[in-house]
Amino acid sequence: MALDEELQADPLFAGQSGAAFEWLCRIGDSTLILGHRVSEWCGHAPVLEEDIALANTALDLIGHTQMWLGLAAEVEGQGRSADDLAYRRDAMAFRNIKLVELPKGDMGLTVMRGFLFDAFHFELLTRLTASKSPRVAEIAAKALKEVSYHLERSSDLVVRLGDGSAESHRRMQAALDHLWPYCGEMFWGDAVDDAMDAADIAPHPAELRDAWDAAVQDVLGEATLQRPETRLDVHLGGKTGRHTEHLGYVLAEMQFLPRAYPDASW
Amino acid sequence: MYAQMVTSEGKAPGEDLSPEEQAFQDRIDAGERIEPRDWMPEGYRKTLVRQIGQHAHSEIVGQLPEGNWITRAPTLERKAILIAKVQDEAGHGLYLYSAAETLGVSRDELLEKLHTGRMKYSSIFNYPTLNWADIGAVGWLVDGAAIMNQVPLQRTSYGPYARAMVRICKEESFHQRQGYSIMMKMAQGTAAQKAMAQDALDRFWYPSLMMFGPSDAESVHSAQNMAWKIKINTNDELRQKFVDQTVPQAEFLGLTVPDETLAWNDEKGGYDFAEPDWEEFFEVLRGNGPCNEERLGARVAAWEEGAWFRDGLSAYADKAEARRNAQVAAE
Amino acid sequence: MKKQWPLWEIFIRGQHGMNHRHVGSLHAPDAEMAINHARDVYTRRKEGVSIWAVRSTDITASAPSEKGPLFDPAETKVYRHPTFFDIPDDVGHM
Ligand SMILES: [Fe+2]
Ligand SMILES: [Fe+2]
Repeated sequence: MALDEELQADPLFAGQSGAAFEWLCRIGDSTLILGHRVSEWCGHAPVLEEDIALANTALDLIGHTQMWLGLAAEVEGQGRSADDLAYRRDAMAFRNIKLVELPKGDMGLTVMRGFLFDAFHFELLTRLTASKSPRVAEIAAKALKEVSYHLERSSDLVVRLGDGSAESHRRMQAALDHLWPYCGEMFWGDAVDDAMDAADIAPHPAELRDAWDAAVQDVLGEATLQRPETRLDVHLGGKTGRHTEHLGYVLAEMQFLPRAYPDASW
Repeated sequence: MYAQMVTSEGKAPGEDLSPEEQAFQDRIDAGERIEPRDWMPEGYRKTLVRQIGQHAHSEIVGQLPEGNWITRAPTLERKAILIAKVQDEAGHGLYLYSAAETLGVSRDELLEKLHTGRMKYSSIFNYPTLNWADIGAVGWLVDGAAIMNQVPLQRTSYGPYARAMVRICKEESFHQRQGYSIMMKMAQGTAAQKAMAQDALDRFWYPSLMMFGPSDAESVHSAQNMAWKIKINTNDELRQKFVDQTVPQAEFLGLTVPDETLAWNDEKGGYDFAEPDWEEFFEVLRGNGPCNEERLGARVAAWEEGAWFRDGLSAYADKAEARRNAQVAAE
Repeated sequence: MKKQWPLWEIFIRGQHGMNHRHVGSLHAPDAEMAINHARDVYTRRKEGVSIWAVRSTDITASAPSEKGPLFDPAETKVYRHPTFFDIPDDVGHM
């Protein structure tokens, strides 16, 4: 019964579904690719406790991906599934930010990227819990519980490693300097975001910037790390399908089986 | 098994036990658990450290062949399941190192021995995972074989080891079933998938049988370890049980066990089957398996490249403590 | 070898108001991180649990007893449960 009515009532399914699809892919692809990068640590982390913690984070992100891309596929209404979106699109159709596709690097880079993304992700999900779209609000509420913990953990690690040994400080600063010019893309928006904003489905990403700045400032200060002077928005384009060279390799690996055996079910 | 051919430090048969040793043996015979602070013969302690350490090493090295497919898992759900499974193995390693630590050896010492080749891990993890069905085969056969050994070890005489086994066994059942569920999909899938499934079984069958170790019915080490209840069954008993359980499962999948001599033996109520190539087994233990270098290399790299991370966190903890102390002193 | 992270004993109270129970141990550089690790290792972050972390060296033990605690780590992911996987009856016990 209520399914049709519910869909009618959800602004996500009204009118601008093209924009909604794009927007959902931007979130879902970002959690997917970051989850992929984090999962690369499985069995290779510096200590067992950290191996287990990273796997938890990867699991959470893959879980979020299933929800976001599942919803994107529904909104699209072409009979595709979350798996189809993850495994059957090429790089130019991926909408993740570039920050998450960079290679995993050392633990300094992984921890720092986690933190920079978590601070944004936390803010985004918090706002999305008040979305006019009940479906979006519901997913955001589920994901927020996990992302709150991600942020707590990554902030703590940034502080500890930043204010740890000379070597750990050096590595964290290097990671920060490297990642900083990719961070601006989190707050970059276009007509897709305007449409989401106008329908009260999601805030314009630029609105999340202040809260992110404040959180980052706090943690970097405590970590005795230097906030880079460089521009934040040097590397844009991921959200519109213009990626770094790295994404192609991620997809080549990730999509290999479904591509090589298109008729198989797994 | 995960701990293969554990050399016992016990007394030779016929050698007299001291009154203390006799009392200790009586406790074990009565089914009592030995706890960390209890008196125990030095040989018992040493043998346990060797066995639990080897078992722990196997869990963490065991993350690698399956971890090899995490980034290539063919659906989001399979990816999540595989991450959770490989993560569990890290947990098993952690529980077991903790059990070993109650015997007065540190985790770092044990790792150091692993990294320098002075301690072993199970031969099985030196085989490669070459196609996706291998992930099914590992769960089904390797975890299946491990369960054969670990279920009875829940009753082992050393308390912390037995308790670790209880927690591990609970998680293992999910491991074997997710493996078998992959095998079912593959065996019932396209011709290419079925070929992968058969290939995986062909490559993992004999290495799985080797996991139980060579026949030890005559082994002195084995007899002592069984008297101490740190080994519960002979290798042959477990291997037979494993074959008897696994053959019908392979038949259900429509796959062929790569053993032409395999036949049901009514008299013994079990299958007759071919022995694995024990020459190959000893070569793998010697370091000449297909993946020894990669596996140990990956563990050493993780440890060495992670040193700054562990040390950095230690440095912070020391500083934070110094700051707290200074604050207390100031008040 | 550099300094090893100290060992911590972890005690957890589940949602049902039972006493804290010893669930195992782990390594961490300090108490706060021991709590975080315990969450990741022993609870898989299930809500509503309370965790105690005690340095193993700070525990004074009585004379040995034979009763040890057993504990089920909480599970939040359905696929961790064996029943998530449909194994046909014909396959037999697994
Ligand atoms: Fe295991
Ligand atoms: Fe397992």
